[in-house]
Amino acid sequence: MLFHDTALIYGRYLRQSLRSRFALLFGVLMPLLYLLFFGPLLTDLPLGGKGSSWQLLVPGLLLQLGLFGASFAGFTIIIEKGQGVVERMRVTPVSRLALLLGRVLRDATVFVFQAVLLVLAAVVMGLRAPLAGVLIGFVFVALLTASLAALSYALAMRVETPQGFGPTINALTMPSMLLSGLMLPMTLGPAWLDVLSHLMPFRYLVDAVRDAYVGSYATAHMLYGSIVAVALTILAVTVGTRVFRTAGA
Amino acid sequence: MAIISTAGLARTFQTKRGPVEAVSGIDLAVHEGEILGFLGPNGAGKTTTLRMLTTLLAPSGGAATVAGHDLATDPGGVRRACGYVAQSGGVDTQITVREELVTQGRLYRLDRARAAERAEELARDLDLTELLDRKCAALSGGQRRRLDIAMALTHRPKVLFLDEPTTGLDPRSRAGLWDLVRRLRDEHGTTVFLTTHYLDEADALADRLVVVDRGVVVAEGTPAALKLEYGGSADASLQDTFLAITGRGATPADTAPVAV
Repeated sequence: MLFHDTALIYGRYLRQSLRSRFALLFGVLMPLLYLLFFGPLLTDLPLGGKGSSWQLLVPGLLLQLGLFGASFAGFTIIIEKGQGVVERMRVTPVSRLALLLGRVLRDATVFVFQAVLLVLAAVVMGLRAPLAGVLIGFVFVALLTASLAALSYALAMRVETPQGFGPTINALTMPSMLLSGLMLPMTLGPAWLDVLSHLMPFRYLVDAVRDAYVGSYATAHMLYGSIVAVALTILAVTVGTRVFRTAGA
Repeated sequence: MAIISTAGLARTFQTKRGPVEAVSGIDLAVHEGEILGFLGPNGAGKTTTLRMLTTLLAPSGGAATVAGHDLATDPGGVRRACGYVAQSGGVDTQITVREELVTQGRLYRLDRARAAERAEELARDLDLTELLDRKCAALSGGQRRRLDIAMALTHRPKVLFLDEPTTGLDPRSRAGLWDLVRRLRDEHGTTVFLTTHYLDEADALADRLVVVDRGVVVAEGTPAALKLEYGGSADASLQDTFLAITGRGATPADTAPVAV
């Protein structure tokens, strides 16, 4: 039943995403602008590490795409709460967990699709990276977006208004992006900043994807990144499930 | 035979300013096949009670059974046995009537073919056939309400909960909706539990009324019995009766009803 219900909810929301093609493409715009207008600034700079500046920047932009996109996923549920759609579904026998998982899987699908577009654009700009590494990057995008979307939905089920939701998410995403070294590697900065950034879970993810993009798969970064990504996903889905099971929303 | 019975059903909300008792203890019995009007002033606890009976909100005290299923131990059974239409309705305005009806059927675990068939049946029953391929946003208020009810009837529930179903409808749509509710009861034996602020609606539609105030049941009976007991005579208006019950406490009407 969980599988049936999850597939049903996934289909409903995927169709919703496909209906707004503009929004589907719009999500890529911000990282694309970084790629076009920020990426060329880095090509001749000494950034440390192996590979070209593109192999360093594109993993960061992929996670930026996931971070900013998926964190705001909860907005849709606030709208649906207002329309009564959430309660209407919750009085049916549908699995509560499926109401969360169907949405989260839709988000992971949409962001991986956007990530593919971004990588294609990056290849045009000059990115060269091993295919296996690029595919590993997409797996990290999927895990990151699934986690953040689950947390975002959980928060959205608990808040009453979009006015309370938007600023909260903004206040969390901006420092997360800066402190994770998504744009430039934190190793370039002073030691205190590097230490601080290790408190950010996304730091481990971006380090892992950067390794993948230069073809180094059996590294400590890859190990820590995988552990953090999986742990984050488990934590987020657990929190989300608890909220969706109990919420009187 | 009681299809819904509650004993001391209560819900307290924790707020920043301390606990708020939205429903203090509701005891009621609803008979099978009856149209029950659930009345009370704003904030009396009507919607909270409805949300508890439909499993949307866990009670903080008391117990209830709906169609033979215990609310606390068998919420799944309750969900399969009842339909609920919230005040706000509950459709996505950007998708078509057909898609909403089919998805609803699938949520009730009908297979794809059966869900499509059921959508057609419901559309025929509720006069929505011409609208099936329109977006929900394009429906009028009355059509929207019929769609909301069609969604709630997908699984042929034994009990239908309607929260202020005619608020905001024009007189013709209201009359149409009353006919629909009567037809459901007469043809399918559906028990209808509805809240309303329109006393003419309660008078015309309900077999029996339950009046709540400050989270407890303060009066119940047929409209005629309540008028006699609280309004002073069988010819009293339900408006005066209602004010006598809720305006000055549940005392027998030894004083004249207030003029409004």
